[in-house]
Amino acid sequence: MIVARTGNEAMAEAMRQINPDVVAAYPITPATEIVQLFSKFVNDGLVDTEFVPVESEHSACSACVGASASGARVMTSTSSQGLALMHEILFIAAGLRLPITICLVNRSLSSPINIHCDHSDTMASRDAGWLQIYTENAQEAYDTTIQLVKIAEQALLPGIASTDAFIISHGMERVELIDDKEVPKFLGERKLNYSLLDVDNPITLGPLDLQDYFFEHKRSEIDAMDNVLPIIEKVQKEFGDKFGRYYPIVDEYKMDDAEVAILVMGSTGGTAKVTVERMREKGKKVGLVRARVYRPFPKDAMTKALSKPKVVGVMDRSDTMSTLGGHLYNDARSILYKSDKQPLMKNYIYGLGGRDISIEEIEAIYGQLFDIQKSGEVDKDVVYFGVRGE
Amino acid sequence: MAKLKELAAQKERFVGGHRGCAGCGASIIARQVLMAAENPVVVGASTGCLEVFSTIYPYSAWNVPYIHNAFENVAATMAGVEAAYKVLKAKGKISKDLRFIAFGGDGGTYDIGIQALSGMIERRHRVLYVCYNNEAYMNTGIQRSSATPRGAHTTTSPAGKVIPGKLQPRKNLTEIIIAHEPAYAAQATFGYWNDLITKVRKALDAEGPSFLNVYAPCRLGWAYAPEKTVKVSKMAVESCIWPLYEYQDGKYRITIKPKEKKPIDEFLKMQGRFAHLFKWKDDVPIKEFQEEVDYIWNRLLKRSEVL
Repeated sequence: MIVARTGNEAMAEAMRQINPDVVAAYPITPATEIVQLFSKFVNDGLVDTEFVPVESEHSACSACVGASASGARVMTSTSSQGLALMHEILFIAAGLRLPITICLVNRSLSSPINIHCDHSDTMASRDAGWLQIYTENAQEAYDTTIQLVKIAEQALLPGIASTDAFIISHGMERVELIDDKEVPKFLGERKLNYSLLDVDNPITLGPLDLQDYFFEHKRSEIDAMDNVLPIIEKVQKEFGDKFGRYYPIVDEYKMDDAEVAILVMGSTGGTAKVTVERMREKGKKVGLVRARVYRPFPKDAMTKALSKPKVVGVMDRSDTMSTLGGHLYNDARSILYKSDKQPLMKNYIYGLGGRDISIEEIEAIYGQLFDIQKSGEVDKDVVYFGVRGE
Repeated sequence: MAKLKELAAQKERFVGGHRGCAGCGASIIARQVLMAAENPVVVGASTGCLEVFSTIYPYSAWNVPYIHNAFENVAATMAGVEAAYKVLKAKGKISKDLRFIAFGGDGGTYDIGIQALSGMIERRHRVLYVCYNNEAYMNTGIQRSSATPRGAHTTTSPAGKVIPGKLQPRKNLTEIIIAHEPAYAAQATFGYWNDLITKVRKALDAEGPSFLNVYAPCRLGWAYAPEKTVKVSKMAVESCIWPLYEYQDGKYRITIKPKEKKPIDEFLKMQGRFAHLFKWKDDVPIKEFQEEVDYIWNRLLKRSEVL
């Protein structure tokens, strides 16, 4: 079925079709709508979900942990400060290997307070042990939400599927919905090794784990991250085979003969694709790489993609505050350290607090990358693009 | 009324061999509360002494399903467990009739966890929340909490030369919980074990959220000999420092009325945390404490009489 939906509506539709056992959530701009729409589904009897309208995001994540440990399929939704308030419990959910899914809308972290898009919220949680998939449009947000539930349950890792605040969350787009009956069939039942509710086989979850065992347990969590990419690929393929929409781990666009390329995440991927098309019409060999799966960082696929062009401009919608540039830039540089095909690389921090990025601006960035290709030198590694006084 | 013989014949749900101090009040509470439960239970604990000493991996003292999440969120965690139970039961995936118990110390309950607890009760999750109240942050080494009584020495309200321990009175959390209109709320202590067990059963039978504030003498933090734990627990009741009462269906009921109300001195003298009060330049701190205890006790008598 083809419908017009905003990113938030698309994610809420996905949640309705997934019909999770428990949703514990707290509203926050610009993700509020997801929770609101879902509450309506609950009260209209369209889902079987036990909805827990908690009093904070900290409690949302905590209730999700309790419910997931009890064997339920569990989802929540949040953004920005809400994710920051969950921060402590994100690590616990991952350490307990609970496959909780968050429908997240990327919004900047305060201060200054702002409700618009950047990636500082999820970037601040990138080391929490959660899968992170950044989507480009409402369709991908919808599809990824469904895929992520299955990926998380197979990997026993929690995951975040995210959209860009307002740009995707509130932008109306064409979305193809899957038939209601097909989504539960695609997901199947959650398989359980243990459950808190199995009183005949009592387990102790979350014990104090000291020097003797902690490291091994943490290592096994890292193992799960190490082994998750094939699971993601498998689920993405199953999804494509069934519903006709295939997704890559790393989204490459016109990269085969690209001389210069940019690396982006989220909705800017869409704007950049249009830019690439326009510039290609003028004979410019430009390409685009979009990091869809960001945690774990897909080292091999990303190295392969970034080794093709001579120059790569990495566009980050967040800053590490380390004076070393953005998160994506640091990851990309790191994986290319041992590559014999290192491109020249420049970091563009852009769009913080929702500042718009246009086709013309991305075209200007490509122009700078061609200049670098010509001179063979990067004058300044990290620039703040579109900020006054730069 | 529970029969001691029957209780003693039960399979232990909270077993010995854990790392609690000799004379630890919290561990007695965990054992008595689980003994009282007539249905299978799922337990949650907030970070704190009980959590630490009962589950040092690979050992566990819990013979029932148990989860520890973090410090301030046992109420939210158990709300999630109860929500999962409701939906999985409705779907026919669980057939047994389970009960849910959250344990938190006064730090995890009165202070850092009060928001999650308030939310759990307001949303009417059928969970029994048990606060084992030892009146300070014992797990981190005896720091003041909002449950610490005035005059008590803790490491962050030390008995000094100009300030005699904590200056502020205790927060009355039981009354804050009662203002939420829970299905059942009570104060208890293990020295009156039958009273505690009866209250646990009433709480678990109540169809809605319930709360027990259980006085938990701590031999380390209160500074008394380990074998005195039960005596201290009883004296708290006899001196009306810790009145035993319950609240249900809008009615207050004092469950144990001391035959002769003892002056608080008799309770304070048993413990090192109040020793400095008896050497203080005047009797003001003890007098004020006695006035506070009398005020709360008299108010409780009135409330119980009216209804």
